[in-house]
Amino acid sequence: MNAHLLRLMFACFAAVLFLQPARAIEIKEVTSPGGIKAWLVESKTIPLIAMDFSFEGGSTSDSIGKEGTANFITGMLDEGAGDMTGEQFQSRRDELAIKIGFDSGSDQFEGTLQTLSKNKDAAFSLLKAALTAPHFESDAMERVRQQFLAAARDQEQDPDRIASAAWMKLALPGQLYSRASNGTSASIATITPDDLKAMHKLLFSRKGLKVSVVGDIDVVTLGKALDEIFGDLPDTDPPKPVVAAIVAKGPIVKIIDRDIPQSVIVFGQQGILRNDPDFIPAFVMSHILGGGGFASRLTTEVREKRGLTYGVGYNLAPLRHVGLYVGSVSTRNEKVSEALAVVKDVLKTMAADGPTPAELQDAKTFLTGSYALRFDSDDKIASQLLGIQQEHLGIDYVNTRNARIEALTLDQLKTQARRLIDSDHLIVTVVGKPEGLKSTGIGG
Amino acid sequence: MILKSFESQSMRAARNAIFQILLLIFVTLPAFAMNLDVADFTLANGMEVVVIPDHRAPVVTHMVWYRVGSADEVSGKSGLAHFLEHLMFKGTAKHPFGEFDHLVDVNGGEGNAFTTRDYTAYFQRIASDRLPLVMELEADRMQNLVLTDANVLPELQVVREERRMRTENDPSALLAEQIDAAMYTAHPYGKPVIGWMSEVAKLTRDDAFAFYQAHYTPANAILVVAGDATPEQVKALAEKFYGPLKNTFTPAPRFRTAEPDPIAARRVIMTDARASSPIFQRSYLGPSYATAPGHEALALDLLSDILGSGTQSRFYKGLVVEQKVASSIGAWYTGDNLDSGTFGVYGVPNSGVDVGKVEAAVDVILADVLKNGVTQSELDRVRNKSLAEQVYLLDDQVSLSRMVGVALMTGLTVKDLLNRDVETAKVTPDEIRQAAAKIIQLKRSVTGVLLPEAPVQN
Repeated sequence: MNAHLLRLMFACFAAVLFLQPARAIEIKEVTSPGGIKAWLVESKTIPLIAMDFSFEGGSTSDSIGKEGTANFITGMLDEGAGDMTGEQFQSRRDELAIKIGFDSGSDQFEGTLQTLSKNKDAAFSLLKAALTAPHFESDAMERVRQQFLAAARDQEQDPDRIASAAWMKLALPGQLYSRASNGTSASIATITPDDLKAMHKLLFSRKGLKVSVVGDIDVVTLGKALDEIFGDLPDTDPPKPVVAAIVAKGPIVKIIDRDIPQSVIVFGQQGILRNDPDFIPAFVMSHILGGGGFASRLTTEVREKRGLTYGVGYNLAPLRHVGLYVGSVSTRNEKVSEALAVVKDVLKTMAADGPTPAELQDAKTFLTGSYALRFDSDDKIASQLLGIQQEHLGIDYVNTRNARIEALTLDQLKTQARRLIDSDHLIVTVVGKPEGLKSTGIGG
Repeated sequence: MILKSFESQSMRAARNAIFQILLLIFVTLPAFAMNLDVADFTLANGMEVVVIPDHRAPVVTHMVWYRVGSADEVSGKSGLAHFLEHLMFKGTAKHPFGEFDHLVDVNGGEGNAFTTRDYTAYFQRIASDRLPLVMELEADRMQNLVLTDANVLPELQVVREERRMRTENDPSALLAEQIDAAMYTAHPYGKPVIGWMSEVAKLTRDDAFAFYQAHYTPANAILVVAGDATPEQVKALAEKFYGPLKNTFTPAPRFRTAEPDPIAARRVIMTDARASSPIFQRSYLGPSYATAPGHEALALDLLSDILGSGTQSRFYKGLVVEQKVASSIGAWYTGDNLDSGTFGVYGVPNSGVDVGKVEAAVDVILADVLKNGVTQSELDRVRNKSLAEQVYLLDDQVSLSRMVGVALMTGLTVKDLLNRDVETAKVTPDEIRQAAAKIIQLKRSVTGVLLPEAPVQN
């Protein structure tokens, strides 16, 4: 899968599995003197602070032909900022073991900071410099460009990435989401310092900023830190990319010939948005069909019974503006038709009959029981709380999630199975040398 | 990303790519251990138990490790240790096929397993009040596994698909495999953990069952529990579930053919049209933590950071910033093995730059280290960073349990691990220079080069 899609799928996964942890996590909504909000969980056991934050907008804001601009910024914020050269910034960061990282999604630009609490002042001032005063100096830019070019070349050769990129192009033809979010060799070559400056100005705004903090810091100290770090950013409106919400309808099979022993197959169709009123029953249904756990129907039929693959999954992937339902499976070239037939058959049965009562019960106990695994470190809690904020699920979400899953009925899941699964109209991309399979249904 | 392909490790499971990526993020041994709150005891049947309490969340990580890996396979049966790892999920008389995963699942747990050259481990993460359940399941399959052709044969196909996915579809993984094969002329570390396809294809139910009977017994296993459990609770539960297991054999000392002292530099040149960029990498045969005299392993670990870790490193400054010949560089020391370790360097050239220039630039820096050593300030920089990094480890019970398990599986004790930071503080620049002089010799090395297309013949 392309990293972008993967990340989104995982983000969805994470966002959905917030269930009430058995230990009481007290989430405080902190508002700084300057009006910047954050969610805080104080935790003094370990002398660490973890902060996750995000701005609105990401690769969907890249100009046509300049794909990878937002992603390029992730590599440039520690290459000179404020009164520090890149080397000064990096050596200060490293000698104090401060971790600062950035990640550009399609709709969000995320950052993370981890520091020993004793080094927090230095950490906050480094982060402030990186966010508000990056240099985008040309020598550093050429160096970072080489790294992104190498990564892009890697992606352009990677069967998983090729299959998912091709799938996105068929599912969302001509749409912003179907472009290479990290850029292509061609687009990365054209990005200039002015492009980075313009993107920086567009994305880094206090409006739409979400912050979560976990660890050894109190409300007052955090309030001051929020103003210090983010207070100098402008309060401009976040970008509003124009994105259609409709996914193309199959059946389409597209084969991309590559000389590899194992074909990589991506399949899927329209999904739903995270804010769909029926997202939770749809998610639980999709968990039973192709989600995590060895018990999913697809894993049972494709892997355990027939030995056709090492891994198969089919998951809802709600992007901000369009919902996808995407799966993947890889198998030796001579078994591609058989694996696809089994996948379709499993989908068809689920669409017709829905899950069994036992499957629903098992899914409920798994999903409600595994909640605490996502809250067992400060770092994980920070990431979970950011996801809840991004999806506007509310500060009480952690405490209400369990009950919502417990309350689901079999009929709700059956309705979602009928609504979302259409095994006759899948879009399928295959990278490899599949035997006995032809490209079909591709117009033009 | 490139470093991942050096991990001679293979894992079961992982239904989808997402899971696989997460699981592979597991860190290998960090350079230093914390002053951890650790309890260590042994059951009457010889099974060692380590407990790492962390009561912040009502969750435990439960791991059972066996002292057997791919380096313990007989010749011609490569991949057997890993194949058996898959088959350990096929059920017992008491818990038939599917029940293990199902019980862990419906109790809100997650589990998996992994195999390396020296050990095989099984783990679950689950609510702490379900610790008895996973102990009961794990103890049961230590002695009561049922294998039949019906449950073995489809899994052999799964493992072959795993090899295609991890190795054969990935040129850099193929190169790493070839470098290992060239490195070891006699020692079994030269075999891939997942096995050669030609040999994997011929593995049978009887092979797997005999391997199980020869290696899975309490005295050959250790238990690591991290998380929301006290040593007293774990001891009582371990005595209840693992204590009654009788040893079916007495584990013998692990004998592997010794690798003769290397005397010839080797080169492995691989051309693969699927490669996106050329890659240069070189491994030197060295000691492991278990076999290194004095501070040699620590010195190599610190040297790898000085050379290749982060933007302040010598390789990054030299090849990426100043000479602009490489887009990425790195160095590593793998010391968490029973028999020997490797010290390695790599670089990916910038587009249009000959991979030979990267190798030449690396060699100039290595020659300088051999001649002039490293500076005190370089050593202080990487050492201080590593010591600070220890605190982050405390936030992650899976990494902690893994660190302890790996140490015990590779000839170290918990005490060795806890003393490591004390010893690290004593390492001198001169010890680093001496370790470098001993290990960084071309005759000890295999140089691997991956090329997207064949070089033009003149």
